[in-house]
Amino acid sequence: MSIVLIAVGSLLALAAIFGAILGFASVYFKVEGNPLVDQIDALLPQTQCGQCGHPGCRPYAEGIAAGEDINKCPPGGESTIAALADLLGVEAKPLDAEHGESQGKRVAYIREDECIGCTKCIQACPVDAILGAAKQMHTVIVDECTGCDLCVEPCPVDCIDMVPLSVSIRDWGWERPSQKDMHLGQKLIVTDRMTDTSKDPDDQEAA
Amino acid sequence: MRKLWDFHGGIHPPENKRQSTSRPIRIAGIPKQLVIPLQQHIGAAARAVVEVGQQVKKGELIADAVGAVSVPVHASTSGTIVATEDRPVAHPSGLSDRCIVLEADGEDLWTELQPCPDYKQLSTAGLLAKVRNAGIAGMGGAGFPTEIKLHPPKNDKVNALILNGAECEPYITADDMLMRERADWIVKGLEIMAYLLEPEEVFIGIEDNKPEAIEALRQATQQTKIHLVVVPTKYPSGGEKQLIKILTGLEVPHGRIPADIGVMCQNVGTAAAVYRAVRHGEPLISRITTVTGQSVRSPGNFETRIGTPIEFLLQEAGYQAESAGRLILGGPMMGFSLSHENLPITKTTNCILAATAEEFPDPLPEQNCIRCGMCEAVCPAELLPQQLYWFARSEELEKAESYNLFDCIECGACAYVCPSSIPLVQYYRFAKNAIRLSQAEHQKSDKARERFEFRKLRLEREQEEKAAKRKARAEAAAKAQAERKQREASSDTAANTGRESDAASKQAAVAAAVERAKAKRQNPAKQNPKESGQENKPLEQQLQLPSTEELKANIEKAKAKLEKVRAALTDAENKGSPTVDKMRAAVTKNEERLAAAELALRKASDAAKHTNAPSASENAPSAAERQPQVEKVETAASALDSEALQANLQKAEDKLAMMQGMLTDAIQENDPKKVAKLERAVEKNRERVASARKALNAVTDPVAQQ
Repeated sequence: MSIVLIAVGSLLALAAIFGAILGFASVYFKVEGNPLVDQIDALLPQTQCGQCGHPGCRPYAEGIAAGEDINKCPPGGESTIAALADLLGVEAKPLDAEHGESQGKRVAYIREDECIGCTKCIQACPVDAILGAAKQMHTVIVDECTGCDLCVEPCPVDCIDMVPLSVSIRDWGWERPSQKDMHLGQKLIVTDRMTDTSKDPDDQEAA
Repeated sequence: MRKLWDFHGGIHPPENKRQSTSRPIRIAGIPKQLVIPLQQHIGAAARAVVEVGQQVKKGELIADAVGAVSVPVHASTSGTIVATEDRPVAHPSGLSDRCIVLEADGEDLWTELQPCPDYKQLSTAGLLAKVRNAGIAGMGGAGFPTEIKLHPPKNDKVNALILNGAECEPYITADDMLMRERADWIVKGLEIMAYLLEPEEVFIGIEDNKPEAIEALRQATQQTKIHLVVVPTKYPSGGEKQLIKILTGLEVPHGRIPADIGVMCQNVGTAAAVYRAVRHGEPLISRITTVTGQSVRSPGNFETRIGTPIEFLLQEAGYQAESAGRLILGGPMMGFSLSHENLPITKTTNCILAATAEEFPDPLPEQNCIRCGMCEAVCPAELLPQQLYWFARSEELEKAESYNLFDCIECGACAYVCPSSIPLVQYYRFAKNAIRLSQAEHQKSDKARERFEFRKLRLEREQEEKAAKRKARAEAAAKAQAERKQREASSDTAANTGRESDAASKQAAVAAAVERAKAKRQNPAKQNPKESGQENKPLEQQLQLPSTEELKANIEKAKAKLEKVRAALTDAENKGSPTVDKMRAAVTKNEERLAAAELALRKASDAAKHTNAPSASENAPSAAERQPQVEKVETAASALDSEALQANLQKAEDKLAMMQGMLTDAIQENDPKKVAKLERAVEKNRERVASARKALNAVTDPVAQQ
């Protein structure tokens, strides 16, 4: 009888200890928010353009975490869809045309002599990349502009253009080699085609 | 004999150096026009300090260094600055960069130089300033500012200073010829460097395929403590990390630089330039460049001014353009093809290779990797080229990075031995760039996220502040009222007059409220017919309505306010309070305001009539027909189209109305500049409305004909 009591007692004691540990852990190691949302948010391009129908990238990340489609982000394009599909383990879909097309990198440009200083674009900018004050000329901080388009619509005098970013010599990079490049012999290092090694006059003399 | 180490891999490509070593160094002529790029080094581009039309002497500063990692640029000959503009430069992208264009006057006069017979009398800082001001950047090819590499280390000791004379790439002989003919300059320059860095040992590393250069250096180093070390010829022993391994047995760890292991490596050309800069005060305005290949009749080495067009230099060597196949800048292993000859020589241009088509035939087509492993056997960085290739090809960039892609020195040994002629280095460069790009993008998106979140926080905070203010104001008002009530209750004598005035103000308030309510009732009354009779009314008139309505509402408001003020005035007069004068002023002001509002309304309605007259008659029939047409035709696509177009039209009209409202405001404000701008904008918006309507008609009309 006492053995049964000991067994029951010790099991109860164990259950109490583990229960206490689990309770402690659930309080002290509680994860704030959904970690998946952070991961999705990190993959989104952060243009905050709202083309997906959400007011910013994080709300869309929350939407995706709740089961929304992953193909609603035109600025991210195919690469973002592929990364999201990889993260979530779902199939990559083509970009949903309803939300716009994927365009190259662009930035807003204010034609300053036409600006009337109404501050409407400043209020629209999601990343505070427009500088100016009431009745003063406004201008865009190029490095901060995400190219979201949101300032174009509110402008009463239509003095904002979306200008594609040009590639300068400093941010140019090598492209993936293609058969066409190789045929032209352009943009390739020379060794890549130096297969004939029998034409060295030095070697011939030595022979 | 010193103990030498060996590095992993390496290849022995045909050297092809004899063609360009048979002739002594020739001095290239001065071209009519020199194009001097502002960025010939690693770091920030120099900033031009000359103006167009300015006369400069040879060696004069024309662009100054910007920031710590940068070098100045000097005029290569005397003449006139004709432009500071973007010109194509020798870069694999073929893009343009900022250059100073100098028209030579042919006199080639030196600016005033400051020679220094004994460098030991200069302070360390003075010596370093001399090197920096001479614009010297590493002449082996990378172009890192030399002065930075000559700063004596504060904590670490420099164990070894290595002068790199192992010019291992085929065809190039610029360093070889410099060592043969100007060994004393090199040795003196090396002594200056050693004086600055105070290393334990000083080496000159030279490959054993340059016996003449070895002999010249042996004689020049006889009375010095410099060790001349002859190393076996193997490509790429001239690589910085490889030469360090050969001479010292040390390896530069991943992600570190040679200085971290107490070794400093400099090129022989750099040493000669340092000597000229310190001893004679001459800035770096020329360098030795090899011109070789089967397309030039007399290949050899030229002392070339920085900024000389490649075309000019090729002519000096007897260029036969008709036989030329490919023009290469640098050597055959690491150089790149140029698209044309009109590009300038820079401080890092060591070789121009004008090859015939037989010499460098077109590349064989890329075939599949057969996993032979020859690339691994020759890789001097001990990487796994095959794995890197797979990862780069499938764009698995993270994996490529974890296989130490960034330790690749792009020497081309793997591509050289590849039996499938895969352009391996090309893949690595592509992958490196893609990694860099994605990192930059990630940084940018992080910044955007931060700014977006901060903005959200700021807006919330502003809202809260506003709410708090409103609350405080409400509380203060409530308090004031409570106090007044208390006062009323306490004093009986004042009660009568108080009650009267209270009643009067209440009445006025009620009257104002009734007025406002009327105005509000009138507005929907006006809007309702607009909504119901939309199709029958000319569109312009509709869009004009909101602005006139607004103005009318304004008038109502002004009237109400006037009434209120008048009531307050009579009240005050009854009481005989001292504020009567002020009240009167307020009444007149409000009367003026009312008059102005009425004037604006009249103007606006006039303008509306003018603008409406022509377009209204034009559009009235189509507008009247539209409704039944749309009802009749049920083609889904066209209905959708017209819906979208109608939405567009609505949007454009809204915008036009907004603009017109702003225009009337501006006219009132009497701001001619703004009025002009807005008039232009109104014009633009009107055009847009017209085009939107046209598009809509184009869609609805054919639909009607069906």
